[in-house]
Amino acid sequence: MLVHTAFGRAEQVARHWSAAGCPIVIHADKNVPKKTYTGFVKALSDLPNVRFSRRHRCEWGTWGLVAATQSASAVMLSDFKDVRHVYLASGSCLPLRPVQELVDYLAERPHTDFIESATTADVPWTIGGLDQERFMLRFPFSWRKNRFLFDKYVALQRKLGYRRRIPNGIVPHMGSQWWCLTRQTLSAILEDPDRSVYDQYFRKVWIPDESYFQTLSRLYSRQIESRSLTLSKFDYQGKPHIFYDDHLQLLRRSDCFVARKIWPFADKLYDAFLTDAAGAMKRTEPNPGKIDRIFAKAVERRVRGRPGLYMQSRFPVEGRENGLTCAQYSMFEGFSDLFENFGPWLARVTGTRVHGHLFAPERAEFSDGQRVMNGALSDNATLRDYNPHAFLASLIWNTRGERQCFQFGPRDTVKEIEWNIAKDPNAQISVISGAWAVPLFKSNLNFSEIRQEAARLQQIESKHLDVLRSPWAKARIRIWTMAEFIEAPMEPLQTIIDEIGKQSQHGLAEVPKMADLTGFGQFLQNLKNQGMHPYLMGDFPVEHRLHEPERGQRKPYLVR
Amino acid sequence: MSIAQSYIMRLRRKRHQARAFRKQFSLREVVNRTAKIRGGDILLFSTMRDECVRLPYFLNYYRDLGVSHFLIVDNDSSDGGREYLADQPDVSVWTTKASYKGAKFGVDWLNWLQRKYGHGHWTLVVDPDEFFVYPFCDTRPIRALTDWLDTSQVRSFGAMLLDMYPKGRIDAVPYAAGQDPIEVASWFDPGNYMIEKNRKYGNLWIQGGPRSRVFFPDRPKKAPALNKTPLVRWHRKYTYISSTHMLLPRGLNLTYDEWGGEKASGILLHAKFLNTFAAKAEEELARGQHYSGSVEYKAYAENIRDNSDLWCKWSEKYINWRQLEILGLMSKGNWA
Repeated sequence: MLVHTAFGRAEQVARHWSAAGCPIVIHADKNVPKKTYTGFVKALSDLPNVRFSRRHRCEWGTWGLVAATQSASAVMLSDFKDVRHVYLASGSCLPLRPVQELVDYLAERPHTDFIESATTADVPWTIGGLDQERFMLRFPFSWRKNRFLFDKYVALQRKLGYRRRIPNGIVPHMGSQWWCLTRQTLSAILEDPDRSVYDQYFRKVWIPDESYFQTLSRLYSRQIESRSLTLSKFDYQGKPHIFYDDHLQLLRRSDCFVARKIWPFADKLYDAFLTDAAGAMKRTEPNPGKIDRIFAKAVERRVRGRPGLYMQSRFPVEGRENGLTCAQYSMFEGFSDLFENFGPWLARVTGTRVHGHLFAPERAEFSDGQRVMNGALSDNATLRDYNPHAFLASLIWNTRGERQCFQFGPRDTVKEIEWNIAKDPNAQISVISGAWAVPLFKSNLNFSEIRQEAARLQQIESKHLDVLRSPWAKARIRIWTMAEFIEAPMEPLQTIIDEIGKQSQHGLAEVPKMADLTGFGQFLQNLKNQGMHPYLMGDFPVEHRLHEPERGQRKPYLVR
Repeated sequence: MSIAQSYIMRLRRKRHQARAFRKQFSLREVVNRTAKIRGGDILLFSTMRDECVRLPYFLNYYRDLGVSHFLIVDNDSSDGGREYLADQPDVSVWTTKASYKGAKFGVDWLNWLQRKYGHGHWTLVVDPDEFFVYPFCDTRPIRALTDWLDTSQVRSFGAMLLDMYPKGRIDAVPYAAGQDPIEVASWFDPGNYMIEKNRKYGNLWIQGGPRSRVFFPDRPKKAPALNKTPLVRWHRKYTYISSTHMLLPRGLNLTYDEWGGEKASGILLHAKFLNTFAAKAEEELARGQHYSGSVEYKAYAENIRDNSDLWCKWSEKYINWRQLEILGLMSKGNWA
C-alpha cells in the first residue's frame, strides 16, 4: 500500500485488509514529515501482519513510485511466504466488496496476473502527446516543478533526433499502475539478472509507474488479464476522478473489488464499505459501466461543452464554438412581404414557433405579440441590439426542443447579426430578394420617399446577399429573386418545409395568400424612370397583368 | 501581452495593495478570534451595513457548507448587527465609520484582511445577501470542492450573480430573521444574459437578468456586472480590483474555457430583492456611497415605487443546483 496523505483513512483501510487476514506492506512517501510517519507506524503497531518498507521520495511521473513499489514488494515476498497474489493499492483505495470475495476470486485464478498492459500504438490513453516518445527520450526534469526545462529538453531531443535504445528488445507496454500480480511473476521481475539494466532504462522514462511492471510482466507472466481490479478513472488531464458520498449507490452497483480515489472526508463511503456485512455485494464480475459513462460524460463536458451555450464558464473564441447555436432554426427574408399571412400559415403547416421580425428596429416581434419570451428574454430593441448575438443564442438555447422561425429583412438591424447567422450551420436561410419592394408598392407614401427608401433597402439587401454568398457562410442558404419565386412559389416552399421536416406527408394542403401584385411591374418601371434601378427582384415585365402567373405556362419575359 | 503591459498590471496590483495597506488604519477591531484559524480552514470575508436581519441565516448557511471562520467588516451598522456578530464564536469583526466608496466599495478593507489572514487558505468573499451554490453543494461540503480544485491545480472558481426576486411586489412578503431568503425571493431569469470579454483583465463581463430587463432596458451598458470570482485560494500577492468581479494577477480571472469546453462554475444566489430593499435603496441613494454615482440605486428607486414586480411569465422558480446546471447558468465541468 502506497501512502502519502490522509493517514487516518490509510490506517482504517489497512486494518480492514489486515482483519481479513491479508498481510500488508506499507510504503510512506519520504516527503511525509517524520512526526506524522512515526505516529502512523505507532498507530498500526498492534497489527501483527503489517510491515513498513524503505521510504523513497515519490513525485508524480518519476521513478520514486516504482522504487517504492519494488522495495515494498520485496518485503512482501520475503516476509510472507504464503502470499500467492500481491495487490498494489494506495492509501486512498477503498475495498468495495468483502475482502474474502477477492481472496476467493484470486484463489480460483491462481496463475493469472491482473495488470492492464497495452502497447502505446494501440491505445489513445496518453495525455500530452508523449506516447511513443516517453520510451524514446530521456526525462530528467520534473514536469510539475520544472515544466520549462522539461519542455525545452524534450524539444531539444526531438530536434537532435535523439532516440534511446530499448534494452533487450523489450516491448514497452502501458496501463493502470494498480495491479495484482502472482508471486511467480513479481519475483521473476524483481530477481531478473538484468534488472539493473531495466531499472537504469526506466529511471529516465516518463511516468515509469505506468509502464515498468506493465512491460516486464509481459516477459514472465503465464497468463495476463489485461485489466486492473482497481476501479480508477482518469480525467482528461490524467488525474484520477475522486469518489464522494453521493457515489455510494454507483459504487455499490459497480461490483468492483477496490475503488480509487476516495475523498478522505467521504465518511459515508468509508462507513458503508468498511463495515463488511452491510456493504456486501453479490458475487459477480466487476461491472463499472455506469461509472464509466458518468466520468466519460464529465470529460466530454469539460472538453467539448454543450454546443450553442454561452455562459460564465464557457465562452469560446471564434471558431471553437462547436455550434454557434444549440439547435436548428429558420430565417425567412421577404416571405412575409410577399405573402399576406405567411407567419400564421407557416406555424400551422410546420407546428414550429414563428416570430415576426426579431430584429425589427422598434422591438423584437416575438410570436403572439409577447413582450417577454422563454428565458425572460425581453423584446426591448436597445437591450437586444446591445448584444444581438447573445440575444439570438439565448433565444435558441431557451427554446430547446421547439424549432424557431423568424422573419428578417433590410428594414431590420441587419449589420450586427447577419454574419452570426450566415456562419451558423444551424441556420436555414431562405431569401426572396427584392420582396421588400412590395410593402413600398402598397404603401401610401410620396413617390420621392418611396424612391429614397427603395434605394436604401436595396443597398442593404445587396450587401446582405454578399454576406450570404461569401465562402464563410455555413448556413443552408437559398436565394430566389422575387420574379423567379412567384413563377412557381409552391416548389421552393415545399422544399423549405420538407427540410424543417415537421409537416404531414400529403404535401401542402394549404397555400399562403400572395399579395396582389397587379401593377407591380409598372411600379418598378416608375422607380427606374426616376433613376433608381431595382434589380434584386429580377425581371418583371411592365405589362404583366396577372398577379399570380398560371403554372406551367412559359412567361413572355423569359423569352429572349 | 507584452512585457510592458504585464509590468503595468504589476504596478496596478501593487497600487491596490498599497491602498489596502492605507485603508487598514480606518478599521477598528471589535473581536478578533483569528487565532482559532487552522491551516486548511475555509474562510469567509464580507462587509456589511445594517444587515442584522439577514445574519442568522447567512452564518448558518455557510457554516453548513463548511466555512470555518468569518471575517467581517462592519461599516457603521446601527441595527445591532455588529453586536450580534461579536457574540458568534467563529466570527471576527472589524468596524469602521469610513467611507464605503472611499474604500473602493469595501474591496480595500477586505483585501487587507485577506492579505493578513487569508494567505494559503481558500477564501470566499460574499455579501450578506449572496448565497454560494456550486455543483453537488447538496451532498458535498465546500472542502470537497476546494480539495478538487487543489488537485486540479486551479486557484480560482467563478460564480455568476443570479438575481432572485419574489412573485408580486417586492415589499409584499416580509422577511423574518433566520428565514431562508430564497423562500421569499425564489424566482430568477433563466436565459437573458449577455457576455463580453474584458480584454484588459481577461475576465468575462456578464450583464442581464431582471435588473437589465426592468431597470436598465434603455441603457444596458449601465446595468450591473454579474460576473464574480468569489472563491480563491488566496496568496498575499493577490488583490481584488473591482468588487469581486476582477482580480490581479489576471490569471485568476480565467474561470472560463475558451476552446469550447466548460469549466466548473457556481452561482451566487442574490437575495437582494426582499421587502427590506425599498428602504435600503432610498437610504443608499441619500448616502451616495455606491458604484458609479449610485446609478443602480437611482434606477431602482425610480422603478420600485410604481413598478416593483420583477416577476414575469417566463421567470423560473429556484429548485436546486442541478436545475441551474441544466439551464446552462453554471456547470459541473469535469467534476463528477
